[in-house]
This record gives sequence, C-alpha cells and structure tokens, in this order.
Amino acid sequence: MANDSTTAATPVRRASRPSRSRQRLTSLAGFLVTLAITFLGLLAITFFIGRIVPIDPVLAVVGDRAPVAVYERVRQEMGLDQPLITQFVSYVGDVATGNFGTSVSTGKPVIEDLARVFPATLEMATLGIILGVLIGVPLGVFAAARRGSWLDQGIRVVGLLGYSVPAFWLGLVGLAVFYARLNWVGGPGRVDIFYDGMVSPITGLILIDSIIVGEWEIFRNAVWHLILPASCLGFFSLAYIARMTRSFMLDQLSQEYVTTARVKGVPERLVIWRHAFRPIRVPLITVIGLSYAGLLEGSVMIETIFSWPGIGNYLTVALLNADMSAVLGSTLVIGAVFIGINKISDVLYRVLDPRAR
Amino acid sequence: MTTLRDWLIDDSPASPMQARLGRFYRIFGALMRNPLAVVGAIIILALVLTALFAPWLATHDPLRQSLGERLLPPSAAHWMGTDELGRDIWSRVVYGARITLAIVTLVAVLAAPAGLVIGVAAGYFGGWVDRILMGITDIFLSLPKLILALAFVAALGPGIENAIIAIAITSWPGYARVARAETLTFKNSEFISAVRLLGASSLRVNLGHVLPLCTSSMIVRVTLDMAGIILTAAGLGFIGLGAQPPLPEWGAMISRGRSFILDQWWVATMPGFAIILVSLGFCFLGDGLRDVLDPKSGEQR
Repeated sequence: MANDSTTAATPVRRASRPSRSRQRLTSLAGFLVTLAITFLGLLAITFFIGRIVPIDPVLAVVGDRAPVAVYERVRQEMGLDQPLITQFVSYVGDVATGNFGTSVSTGKPVIEDLARVFPATLEMATLGIILGVLIGVPLGVFAAARRGSWLDQGIRVVGLLGYSVPAFWLGLVGLAVFYARLNWVGGPGRVDIFYDGMVSPITGLILIDSIIVGEWEIFRNAVWHLILPASCLGFFSLAYIARMTRSFMLDQLSQEYVTTARVKGVPERLVIWRHAFRPIRVPLITVIGLSYAGLLEGSVMIETIFSWPGIGNYLTVALLNADMSAVLGSTLVIGAVFIGINKISDVLYRVLDPRAR
Repeated sequence: MTTLRDWLIDDSPASPMQARLGRFYRIFGALMRNPLAVVGAIIILALVLTALFAPWLATHDPLRQSLGERLLPPSAAHWMGTDELGRDIWSRVVYGARITLAIVTLVAVLAAPAGLVIGVAAGYFGGWVDRILMGITDIFLSLPKLILALAFVAALGPGIENAIIAIAITSWPGYARVARAETLTFKNSEFISAVRLLGASSLRVNLGHVLPLCTSSMIVRVTLDMAGIILTAAGLGFIGLGAQPPLPEWGAMISRGRSFILDQWWVATMPGFAIILVSLGFCFLGDGLRDVLDPKSGEQR
C-alpha cells in the first residue's frame, strides 16, 4: 500500500538548496523508472498471456486448409518466426502507437472500441467513489469516536460485508428490489431506450454531454439509471474507506495532543474534526485512490448486471467470444489506469505530507 | 491436582511437544474469547462438515432434473425452492460447499507456499535476488487481481481447474511480501547466527528456522484472503469462465438464476447467501486470528 512511499526520499537536513532540488530530481527520475518498469511488466504479462492462448494465430488467419507455403508466408508476415524478444519489442511498439489489434466481435480497432466504452465506466466509478467518500469517511470517524458501541460494531459488520458480498449478487438483488419492486430507480442501461443515442457523445460522459446540449430530461433520466449501479460500487468503496478511516482515527485519538486538547476543555466535536481528523486527510487520499482504482475493477461485474456499455461489459463479451485482442487491450487499459491512479495517489501523499517530502 | 490444562500452560515445558501444544492451547483460548472469531470458526467448521457429509445433508440428487417441478418456491419439500430444471436448490448449495472448499484449499496450497519460498528467498539472500524477485512481485501487486485472473482464464480456457490456476497466479505476490518482511526481521537475530555458526547450510537455516517463523503471519494473511478468493472464483463462475454446468458452483448458480430474478427470486439469491455467509466466516476468523497471532499489523490490510 502506501508503506513504500516513505523509503525513497529521506530528507537530508544539512543539504543546501541546489542539492536538495537535485535530490528531488533524482527521486523523480527514480519514480519514472519504477513507473516505466511497472508498465513494461504489465505489457510482459499481457504478451505472455497472448502467447499461451491455445489458438494458433496463423491458422486463425489462413484457415485449416491453407497450403504449407501460404501458412509459412503469413507466419513470417505476422513476425511469428522472430525470436520472442523481437516479438515483444514490436508488441511494445504497437501498444505505444495505439495499435491494439482488431476486435473479432465488433470488427473495429480495439483502441476505438475502448475510447468509446471507457467514459461510461469512468462516469459510474466516479459517482461511486463520491458516494463512498461522502458516506464512508463520516461513518469511520463516528465509529472511532464511539469505539466499542453498537454503532461501531454495526459499521464494522458493514465493513466486513464489503469484503464478503459478491458484486454481481448485490447488483442483481438491487435491481430486483429497487427497480422491479419499488420502481425507485431506472433499470439496466445508461438511459431509457427511448432516449438512446439522442445525445451525441462530446465527452462521452452522458451527464456532462446532456448538460452541454441542455437536454435536462435526458440528464434526469441518466441520473435515474446511474444511481443504482453507482450505489453498488459506492457500497464497496464505503466499506473499505470507513474501515481505514476508523483505524486512522483511532491512531490519532490515542495521541497525547488529543488528550491535551481534551484537558484544555476543547469541545469533543472540535477535538474529533479539527484536531484528530486533519492529520489523517493525507493518508486518506491514498486510501481513496486505491479504492477508486479498485472500483474500475469492480465495475466489470456491476456492468455485466446492469448492461452498462462500459469497459467491463466490453471485456466480458470479449472473454466469452475468445476475442483475445479485445481482452488484452481492455486488460492493458484497466491495468494502466489502475497503476496510474495508484502512483498518482502515492505522489500526492509525498507532496502533501511534509514528513515524506 | 494437576490437570491437562496445567500441563499445557506450564511455564517451563519439559519437551518441545509440550511447548507447542501449550502455545496452541493459548492461541485457541485467546481466539475463543473473541465472539466474532468464534462465529467465524463455527461457520468454517460448518462449511467443512457440509462438504464432508453432503450426501447425507442433501435432500435430493443435486443433478437430477425434474421438469415437472420447475421454479417452485421454497417449501417443506424443497427448502430453498427449485431451479429452472427442477433441481433442488438446497441440495445444490450443499454440494456446492465441496466445490468452494476445494477451490480455496487448492489456491491456498498452490499460492501460499510459492509466495512463502519467494519471499523468504528474497529476504534472506538480499541484493540482486531480492531486487529481481520483489520487482516481479511489485508488478503483480500493482495490477488489478480480478482482471488479471480473467485474462489468464481467457487464455487457458474456461473451467474450474484453470480458474484455480488463474486465482493462484494472482494471489501469491501478497504472501511473498509478507514472508519477505517477516524474514527481514529474523534474519539478523542471534539464534539465526547461532545456527549458521553451527555450520547449517542456508537451505537448512531457511527450512528449519526461518520458514516456521513466517507461518503464523501467513496463516492470518491466507485466512483474510479467503473471502476474496471465494468472490473471485464465484465471479469467474458467474461470467461463465469458472466451473461449468452442471456443476453446482454457487457463482454459476447465481448466473443461471439471473433471468428469473424478478419473479423467482430464490434461484439467484439463495446461493448468494451461501457465498456471503462463508466469506463473512473467513473474515471474522481472519480478524480474530490476526488479533491473536499478529497484533502489530492492526487494521491495515
């Protein structure tokens, strides 16, 4: 988690200004190197997965009855006669230039498909994390403030449920209860079929697009559809965020300065929110970042349930059709975003926490 | 009057065996004082017993179809109702316990020792070995587990064996990290130096002295990970890449019940309750074990 963030840059007290900035430069360089190695590792894994597929990519192109000469020629054209390392280098080159191959199921370049579906996932995950933070952080703080009470126990159970409830089951039950029985929320899909395709994508985020063109009806409909899947995602991030907030708060509340504040007669509400909560905002950023990255992953299951046209749905359809270019492309994109968010929250932690600078 | 208990908690045990049993007794005692851990232990015990005695607990044959009894609601004859092929859901959930238990056991058996060996090797030898092994571990750790497992299963082909392999491939890095951290704390202690001075090979030092010391934190970590493993396996089954029909795997059962969720809610919900119950059991037990065996790690996971 965030534990390796403090190892890289140890502050040198006596250092004069220029060498300090140089040190910052080396730590930045070190960061970029690890980032590059991690991305290369991700590429190596997807490359490896692409190799162990039991389907012969040449046969897939030429068909079973092609003569040996044709087979050999295509094999050479595809670069499959080259040593593995050469193949890997050209694979890295392809990915770097945005060439992820062509999807068998949609017949379009994978990169185009991904650019089309990604905003839908982003929209859902972002609303999910907002809900998770808005509810999870206060819950964690209350649980820590009333440690051992029934409220604390209840929040603890909710936290553990976040680790035990299958996302797809929660989505299904949510649909059955809140959509079919109570009709409080919209059903599967991003908008009602009636509105489908009425707003042409500008940013791809339907909430923002509908505001831009001033279609408030569609905006309301989109919120109506978004609220349930986003709440399901929000539940998982809430569980994790509340749990971590509680443990950070307990750490702070046992510190001597909190006792001092209490002895001075500072009202308990101020002790909790001003004295104890302020220092945990920085570690919370890392937690929220991790949780956000986790939601992108969690959206795979939720999107399947809600027929949400995002990257998770795209990935599962590709999986079932053994559409490997699409599978590996989605894996790469989700993996890269996951790594990116993790690293950004790591950097933010270092920038915001004076001790880790 | 000397009782078995006195013998167990004796401060100066006469044999290593007595010391070990005494330690076990104390851990057990501490665990039993934590109500949530007791609940967790009971749930896991129930899972094991259900898996063992499935033929006696099941009221029907889990695979026998009877189309005349399709989609019946829960009743005295069918405690959890029947599915779209008239199979008894209770019996399928009971037999599904075997599959779930097999999955978590196999993943633990595959991933934990692999992570343990890699972590101990990295921590003990340090230098280049450490850098390379931990570099690979960190790359795996920084990738989303579920997506990676999905991609591996896609490449290996659907099926429960491949699902287990894929989950194991994605879960060893966590264990490697834990084992390395533990090894680093023991590495320079005096008893290890003593064993070395006696001329023990590094293999012997590691197998005989370092590995056993890592086991308690490994047990905690594995127990806490079980819920995640169950959810991933169920997710693979739900998507259709894990256990294949007609196997009564809980995730796959939810997937079949999906089409009937609005009118015949029991088909999809019942296996879900089984998943939640078992995962919660592992969470409770893992939390309790951590408080007893590894108190310093606290809530951070």
